[in-house]
Amino acid sequence: MEIGLNHYLTVGLIVFLAGLFTVLTRRNAIGVLMGVELILNSANINYIAFSRFGSGNYDGQIFSIFVIMLAAAEAAIGLAIVLGIFRKFETIDVEAVDTLRG
Amino acid sequence: MIYAALFYLIAGITVVSALGVAFSRNVVYSAFALMGTLLGAAGLYAFLGADFVAVVQLLVYVGGILVLTLFAIMLTHQIADVQVSNRSVGRLPALALIVAVGGAMGYAIHRAPWVRGEVKPLAPTTFGIGESFLGPYLLPFELASIVLLTALVGAVVLSRKELRD
Repeated sequence: MEIGLNHYLTVGLIVFLAGLFTVLTRRNAIGVLMGVELILNSANINYIAFSRFGSGNYDGQIFSIFVIMLAAAEAAIGLAIVLGIFRKFETIDVEAVDTLRG
Repeated sequence: MIYAALFYLIAGITVVSALGVAFSRNVVYSAFALMGTLLGAAGLYAFLGADFVAVVQLLVYVGGILVLTLFAIMLTHQIADVQVSNRSVGRLPALALIVAVGGAMGYAIHRAPWVRGEVKPLAPTTFGIGESFLGPYLLPFELASIVLLTALVGAVVLSRKELRD
């Protein structure tokens, strides 16, 4: 069977679902960030698959480069925040950080 | 034939590692499984003819973000403990949501009338991407550098010790 668009979209779907599951079930803040990375990667797989099988121009690849760039910024800021939370609360359990709870 | 076998090998590595990230109990194992997913995704990009994006993925994700994640895991020593990385939403509700979302999206993937263009032969993409970045995408490109600079300064400020008090 020819490897087509649907194969890549299916791989992207499974990676997205794994990322969603990770975000939902982790209490560990770094684990949640890793789930977000999985979701961003699945979006990138879809972008590049559509760029090859759909439009045929470079727009999808350029969007995926922007996504990678934003993921780098998000990881730097997110992990800095996690380290700050760890220094303040001595834990990175996302349910222990409820100082703002009304 | 070899092409299909290689695709299934790389897709299998990607999917199995992603499931490893999702289901591993230890966050350190999750981080190493994430490396498999990122490498597999880079391989898929290369399959799709996006050579530049594949290399960028290797440099930024595997060389940067993953190392940063591992550093954060090492610095917050308690997170390797099992108790901290247990579940808040139960596995069953999460699985139910996953099945619902996955069913809907899988149905959409199979039934949607995707616009298909003709598939061009593989060619280097660096020239076209550079032209696009300095042509129609110049403004987002420059904004991206400002975003990155702001993020770097913000990360340094956030993680400085003397600002804690």
